[in-house]
Amino acid sequence: MKYPKLPAMANRGVSRRGVLQGAAALGAAGLILPHGVTSARAQTRGGTFRIGLGHGSTTDSLDPGLWDNLYVQTFAAARHNQLIEVGADGQLVPEMATSWESADGVTWVFGIREGVTFHSGRTVTVDDVIASINHHRGEEATSAIKTLLSAISDVRADGQNLVITLEAANADLPYLMTDYHIPIMPATDGRIDPASTDGVGPYIVESYEPGVQASLTRNPNYWKENRAWFDRVEILSILDPAARLNALITGEVHLIDQVDPATIGMLEGRGVARILSIPANAHYVFPMDARAAPFSDNNVRLALKYALDRQAMVDTILGGHGAVSNDNPIGPANRYFFADMEQKGYDPDRARFHLREAGLESLDVTLKAADAAFSGAVDAASMFSENARAAGINITVDRVPNDGYWDNVWMKEPFVASYWGGRAVEDHMFTTAYATGADWNDSFWSNERFDELLLAARSEVNEDLRREMYHEMQQIVSFEGSVVIPMYNNFVMAVANGVGTPEQIGSNWNLDGFRCVERWWMA
Amino acid sequence: MILTRVALGIGLLFVVSLVIFWATELLPGDLASQLLGQSATPETLAALREQLGLNDPAPVRYWNWLSGALTGDFGVSLATNRPIADLIGARLGNTVFLALYAAALSVPIALTLGILSALWRNSIFDRAANAGALGAISLPEFFVAYILVLWLAQTGLFPSMVRINPTTTMGERLYMTFLPALTLTLVVTAHMMRMTRAAIINLMASPYIEMARLKGLSPLRIVLRHALPNALAPIINVVALNLAYLITGVVVVEVVFVYPGLGQLMVDAVSNRDIAVVQAVALIFATAYVGLNLIADVLSTLSNPRLMHRR
Amino acid sequence: MGFAATVTLGLAGLFALAWVIRAGGRAVLTGQSRSLVNDMPLTAAFGLLVILIYAIVAIAAPVLAPFPEREIVGSQFQAWNAEHPLGTDRIGRDMLSRLIYGARNTVGIAFATTALAFVVGSILGLWAALTGGWLDQLLSRFVDALMAIPALIFSLLLLTIFGTSVLSLILVIAAVDATRVFRLARSVAQGIVVMDYIEAAKLRGEGAWFLIRREILPNAMAPLVAEFGLRFCFVFLSISSLSFLGLGIKPPTADWGSMVRDNATLITFGDVTPLLPAGCIALLTVAVNFVVDWQLHRASGLKEG
Repeated sequence: MKYPKLPAMANRGVSRRGVLQGAAALGAAGLILPHGVTSARAQTRGGTFRIGLGHGSTTDSLDPGLWDNLYVQTFAAARHNQLIEVGADGQLVPEMATSWESADGVTWVFGIREGVTFHSGRTVTVDDVIASINHHRGEEATSAIKTLLSAISDVRADGQNLVITLEAANADLPYLMTDYHIPIMPATDGRIDPASTDGVGPYIVESYEPGVQASLTRNPNYWKENRAWFDRVEILSILDPAARLNALITGEVHLIDQVDPATIGMLEGRGVARILSIPANAHYVFPMDARAAPFSDNNVRLALKYALDRQAMVDTILGGHGAVSNDNPIGPANRYFFADMEQKGYDPDRARFHLREAGLESLDVTLKAADAAFSGAVDAASMFSENARAAGINITVDRVPNDGYWDNVWMKEPFVASYWGGRAVEDHMFTTAYATGADWNDSFWSNERFDELLLAARSEVNEDLRREMYHEMQQIVSFEGSVVIPMYNNFVMAVANGVGTPEQIGSNWNLDGFRCVERWWMA
Repeated sequence: MILTRVALGIGLLFVVSLVIFWATELLPGDLASQLLGQSATPETLAALREQLGLNDPAPVRYWNWLSGALTGDFGVSLATNRPIADLIGARLGNTVFLALYAAALSVPIALTLGILSALWRNSIFDRAANAGALGAISLPEFFVAYILVLWLAQTGLFPSMVRINPTTTMGERLYMTFLPALTLTLVVTAHMMRMTRAAIINLMASPYIEMARLKGLSPLRIVLRHALPNALAPIINVVALNLAYLITGVVVVEVVFVYPGLGQLMVDAVSNRDIAVVQAVALIFATAYVGLNLIADVLSTLSNPRLMHRR
Repeated sequence: MGFAATVTLGLAGLFALAWVIRAGGRAVLTGQSRSLVNDMPLTAAFGLLVILIYAIVAIAAPVLAPFPEREIVGSQFQAWNAEHPLGTDRIGRDMLSRLIYGARNTVGIAFATTALAFVVGSILGLWAALTGGWLDQLLSRFVDALMAIPALIFSLLLLTIFGTSVLSLILVIAAVDATRVFRLARSVAQGIVVMDYIEAAKLRGEGAWFLIRREILPNAMAPLVAEFGLRFCFVFLSISSLSFLGLGIKPPTADWGSMVRDNATLITFGDVTPLLPAGCIALLTVAVNFVVDWQLHRASGLKEG
């Protein structure tokens, strides 16, 4: 605890050093007042918590580099810990790292928690942590976050400390370390075994059948005191929405995700479960390929942005469980969200105006969509198409197979549906999908001013300046970008009445940031 | 004759494996891009392809698979690294169990209804049984399942999903899988019933039935003792076809009742391009189909002495 | 009035209407058509009436539907009211209009698919049976191989490869169905080709096409027609099951199979909306097969009851 209780630092011009240590300071504060334990009701131990998720496949891998769906993510959170946890309030909480600091934003030192044991009994060492990170780096790595971690030039041990050196300064490295792909796993000869389920987390794996069910029992040696209330956790894969609803109604499971918005009202009417609807940064997008006509013309892009009824989409596709987005990938839960930006409404006349500016009387485009992009994508595309007709824009909705969608359609076709899970850090979101030439820049958009700002903001330490920069970037993406972002979707889950939940639920990821297994309890 | 059929069947399995392999090859994307999904980059894709051995040309990979399969080694699932035998073992048991359960319910019902409606043809009973059966097959399987869940599971009579583990006893198992079995029963009964009825009625105009009728035998006796034995061949064939369907075609029911069977495994493996699993399951399905048809042919031959001495 | 009561009354009304029309036919018609009507059971009359109504609805869809097929006319899942007699669907389109257009699209697609499957399947099947030898072996073994692959998974593979346009949907389902038709046609024809009259025709020097068309097909018609009735209805189910796996008909086209799927979760709460398209499919299935049964009965030569 090098930096106990610093005051909240938002809106203060603080020194460079102050900013870089800020995260650690807040994290330390978090340890003293554990997050997510705000409920007045006393938690009780015991019970079996069963979760039914609309994800999971028989081909799910145990390799952390390949985790990509809510099932494996939740299963991972049940058996693993990471360096740093994101608290329910969005602040960083020390987990396997007890502290972190950096003088220049390039070299980062993480203190590693002592005396914590893996399920198999061995004590966690700094080498385990290094191997867990290195699993995603280097020539042979096959990890999904290989690109993200390519900014790391070196990872080494220094006593009980972990030292990470970056290629260039990045104030947000601690946030990167919260990525769910980086659990702390036991290493032999500097390598983790990607097929092992051994970890330091709250529950020990008893059995696992990919795509069917995972059963876990409480880890008696778990180092956190006020966590992991259930005796057992079972995570079931229930892909069919109606089957999930039925499983909840008949008491087979206590928690389900992806509740069909159309049935939320009726489910609440049954009185067996309550709906948790958590506003988040996740958003649905319609990227347009900015490299070729017609989308290379910003007027065409603006015409499309004014040609859809965002509120109707929120009401219909999300059943009201979400918020209108202003073509802005930065969400209300982000630190530098630009709330006062001029909101675009459904305005067919203005869309026509922009079409004429582009020298067009009418526009014919094809929008490819599949529900693999997001649940309700085909319906959303149909609504978009209907809205746009009033503006002389003819959108032909082409429903394509779910199978192979990310491979065959996304980033291959000029106008498609997609989604982003949202990122805790602005830089992370922009670098991933909006910087020129980024791997997942799915609109192939490029803007010089934006790229400059992105680079400058990454190492800018003046809070006000940084905020201004991020606001300008959001403005650019919204009015010049090549992505239509109609809405932010809430994380919607239904919880059986018998389960106790904290007053504040994490919004960084679904299911209380995957941590429902250790934060919730049987009431 | 049976030997020739078995040899033909084995040839058939080979063709099936070739067709499936070829079709899976034609699908866009491969295992590596499916595993990485939205987060794939060219660099990680290349590394993963190398690791999974996807860079060999297709014929080489097919040959590798075939030579392994011929020696009884079906390899490992590329996605999970688990031996195929492990992956499939329990699921195969589940699939066969459900198929037999549904068959045990549906075959007697279908035959009884079919014989009765042939006996009382054109009566109200016949019309009602027909309309009911047609109504049941014209509803999609998942929809039948939802309605059964609404009536029988939400009222607490039966569980809405199947959760089996190694300690489940036979009785519990029969209880838990009742709804999926009932759904499948409703789906396949109509076809078998209509065929039974049609096969019997088809014979009712034959001279020997006319003869029996003139002798003053009771209609029930005519149907059971004179018409049914000669109608057995087509009935056995349609029963075999439906049994094959119960083993190979029930992915939708598996999804709705969260039943870990082969259908879901096959669909998952196809969408992830996990070719070794696709091939193994496809071969099991094809074997079931070929085997059941072979048994049906043998039984129909036995049921009709004339067929035995045809050649 | 409850939903069940409405349905029962509606069906009773259709039966009554069918009875009246048949009675009218018996009174007015003469000659051959009279005898046709005379031995027509009430169920067949009912079936014909239903098919007729479906045909009228399908052809006159744009006139009958109160709203366009694709237009969003209100909020989602409105209850049944005066403006929208059957409420609205999940993105606020008029349910009744979607059902009416669905008749046109669904029945059209099902008919095209089944017809194609039967033309290809039965011609090849009859040809194989007639010719025998290596051609028969080749075709039969090939069809066996295709049939040994589960239909749903085979369609899934093909549709993923070729995309899900209406045309490829028709072709893929027809291809899968054609294998079943081939087998049936071949097995029926095998019993016919050994008959003396075929031998006679062959000795007359008739060609294969003539034999198939004039000698075999008329005698193999009954089981093929029966199969047609069932296959026709299975097309709806195939489309519905495919949309369960995310491969159905493209929006904004309304089709009953996908409509059942889209609204299916509502049945979990006892809401009858998904029963509407499902009921449309069921009614047509029953109607078509009633007519088929009648025709089979006429063909079987049984003159009782």
